[in-house]
Amino acid sequence: MLLAVLPFYPLISFLLLILFKKRLSWAQASFLSVGAMFLCTLTSFILVFSLDSAPDNVISVHLWQWFTLGLSVPSASSATESAINFAFYLDALSAVMICVVSGVGFLIHFFAMIYMKDDENYSRFMAYMNLFIVAMLILVLADNLVLLYLGWEGVGLCSFLLIGFWYQEKENVLAARKAFIVTRVGDTAMAIGLFMLFNSLGSLNIQELSSLATMQWSIESEQAYWICLMLLGGAVGKSAQLPLQTWLPDAMAGPTPVSALIHAATMVTAGVYLIARMNALFSLSPEVMNYVAWVGGSTLLLAGFAALAQSDIKRILAYSTMSQIGYMMLGLGAGAWSASIFHLMTHAFFKALLFLTAGAVIYALHHQQNIFKMGGMAKKLPFETSLFAIGLLCLMAIPGTSGFFSKEAIIGELWSSSTAGAALWWCAIFGALITSIYSCRLFFLVFLGNTRFTGAIESSQSKRLKGALITLAVLSLIGGFIALDFNTIFNSSVIAWSDSGQEPSWLHTVAIATPFVGILISWLYFKVYRVALPEEVARLAEKSETHFIIRFCRNGLGFDWLYSNVIVTPFTFIAKLNKRDVVDQILMGTAWYVTLWRDVLSASQNGLIRWYAAGFAFGLVVIVGAWLL
Amino acid sequence: MTTIPLEHVLILASILFIIGFVGVIVRKNTLFMLMSLEVMLNAVGVAFIGAGSVWQAADGQVMFILILTLAAAEVAVGLALLVRMQHCFKSLDIDCLNQLKG
Repeated sequence: MLLAVLPFYPLISFLLLILFKKRLSWAQASFLSVGAMFLCTLTSFILVFSLDSAPDNVISVHLWQWFTLGLSVPSASSATESAINFAFYLDALSAVMICVVSGVGFLIHFFAMIYMKDDENYSRFMAYMNLFIVAMLILVLADNLVLLYLGWEGVGLCSFLLIGFWYQEKENVLAARKAFIVTRVGDTAMAIGLFMLFNSLGSLNIQELSSLATMQWSIESEQAYWICLMLLGGAVGKSAQLPLQTWLPDAMAGPTPVSALIHAATMVTAGVYLIARMNALFSLSPEVMNYVAWVGGSTLLLAGFAALAQSDIKRILAYSTMSQIGYMMLGLGAGAWSASIFHLMTHAFFKALLFLTAGAVIYALHHQQNIFKMGGMAKKLPFETSLFAIGLLCLMAIPGTSGFFSKEAIIGELWSSSTAGAALWWCAIFGALITSIYSCRLFFLVFLGNTRFTGAIESSQSKRLKGALITLAVLSLIGGFIALDFNTIFNSSVIAWSDSGQEPSWLHTVAIATPFVGILISWLYFKVYRVALPEEVARLAEKSETHFIIRFCRNGLGFDWLYSNVIVTPFTFIAKLNKRDVVDQILMGTAWYVTLWRDVLSASQNGLIRWYAAGFAFGLVVIVGAWLL
Repeated sequence: MTTIPLEHVLILASILFIIGFVGVIVRKNTLFMLMSLEVMLNAVGVAFIGAGSVWQAADGQVMFILILTLAAAEVAVGLALLVRMQHCFKSLDIDCLNQLKG
C-alpha cells in the first residue's frame, strides 16, 4: 500500500503550490515541496527494504483500471481485450530508480530551496520540480508501457517548462522549444513501437510482454528487430544520444538545479531505463543491441570532443552527461545490463554533485559561467573546490570512487560481448582518456592558476546547502559499495553474452591506467592554465575562438549546423511558400461560394411585393418556355 | 353569325393579361394594383369564354362564373386590407409593406 501513495506526495504538493502560487511565503513553499520529497525518500527506502521480504522480490499494486484496448488481430485469438491499468510494479530495477529519483531529487530540492530563494516565481519553480518527480516516479514504476509513456511525456513536459523557466529571455525559450521538439521525434518513434508491440503481441503489460515475446518470437525475428529499433529511437531522443543529442547542451539555459535533476541525474537516463526494462525484447534482436552499443560508443566520443572545446562550465558538464549516458548505452548494447544500471546510479550521484557545486560556484561569481573568466577558485572557495574535485575524480573513474566500479564494470564486459567487441572497447577506453582530459582542463581553468574574476566573490554560507552537497559527495565516494542484485530481472537473456577465454590479460590494466594517463597528458599540455598570467589565458581563449577545429568541436561537431541546414531551413522555406495554405484556400473558396449565394438569395427577399410578382412572372416564362421548347 | 377565330380571342386575352400584369408591377398604389388584378382575371375569363364557344361546351362559362365569384371575394378582402392599410400607414404605397425582407 505504501507503494501506491509514493507519487502522490509530490503530486499533492504540486497541486497546492500551483494553486496558491505567490500567496505562499518562501518558508511555506519550501516546507511543502521539500517535505513532500522527504516523505517520498523515506517511503522509497522503506519500500526498498521491504522488497527483500516480499514474495519473488516484487511488490505490485493496482490502483484502478485506466481503459481497455480492443484487439483486431487474428493471431492473438485468446485475448480479446487488454486492460490498461494504473498499476505500479516495484522490482530491483525500479527500486534503484525510485531511490535515485527521490533520494537525489530530495537533495536537489534541498539545494534549490536555497539557490532559488530570491526568485520571484519561487513556488512555481518548486511546483514544476515536484511535478517532474511525479512523472518520473510514474515512469519508473509503471507496470505497462502506456503508463510508462504517460510518465515519459510528463517528464518531457516538465523539462520544457523548467528549461524555459526564465521565459523573459528569448534564448531560454528557444532552448526549451528545441528540447521539446527534438525529443518529440524520439517519442513518436517510441509511440509507433508501442503500436507495433500491441498489434503483434496483444498486450502492453511489461511482464506479460517479456514472457510473450520470448515464447512467440525466435531470435533475430523481423518483428523484434523493428520494435526494438523504434524503442531505441525513443530512448535516443530522451537520453540525448546520437543523432538526437543536440538539445541537451542548449537545455543548460535552465536554472542549475534543473540541470542537475533533469538533465543529468534522472530524466536523461530514462532511455537507459527503458532499454533495461525491455531487456527481454532487446535480447531477441542482437542486431539492434549492436546498434545500441554503437550509438553509445559514438556519442561518448563525440560528446567528449565537444566537451574539450567548451568555455561554459555548464555546457562542459552537459556534454559530459551525454558521454556518460553513452557509456550506459554501450553497456546495454553489450548486454551488461546490471553494470549499466549501476553506472546510472553512480552517475546520478556524482553528476548531481558536479552540477550543484558548479551552481554554487556560479552563484558565488554572480552568474558568471565562462571558465576563462574564473581561475584560482581553489583559494577563494576551498569547500566548493574539494567537492568539485571529488565529483571529477568519480567522473574520471579513479580507483576507489563509485565511478570507477561502475565504469570498469561496463568496460570489462565489452571486449568479450558478442554484440560489442574489441572496437567498442577501444572506443570506451579512448572516451575515458578524453573524459579525464576535459575534466582536468575544467579543473585547471576554474580552480587553479591566477584569479581572473574581477568582481567580489560571495560564497553562500548556508549550512543546509552545504549539507546537501556533502551528502552527495559521500554518496559519490561510497556509492560503489552499494550492492545491486539484478539476477532476478536480467536472467531472461537468451544469448550467451560472453565468448569467454579470449580476453587478453592486459585489458584491466589498460582500463585502470587510462584516467591517469589522461591526467598526466593534461598536466603537461594545459600547463598554461595552471601557471600563466590572466592576460596569457585571455589571449589563448581568444585564439581558440578563431581556430577552425576548436570552433567545430565547440559547436557540437556541426550537428546543429547540419540539422538547421538539412531540416529547419527547407522546412521554413516550404512553410513560407505555403504561407497562404493551399488546403485552407480550397476550403475558403467553398465558403466564398456559399456566401455569394447567400447574398443573392437574401437580396431577393427584399419584402417588395411588386418584385415578388415580377419574380413569379419570370419563373412562369422560364417554365413555359422550357416546356414549349 | 360570324365566328371569331380562337387565335384572336387568345391574342386579346394575352394582351389584356399582360396589360394587367404590367399594371400590377409598375403601379405603386395598391388600389390600382387591385384594379390591374381584376383586368388579369377578366383576361383569363375571356380566354375561357372563347374556348367554350369554339368547342361548344358550357364548361367555359361555368369557369367564368367561378372566376367572377373569386374576383368578388378577392375584392372584398383586398378592399378591407386597403382600408386597414390606409389606417396604419396613412398611405396606399405598396412599398411601405416591406417588413418581411430577408
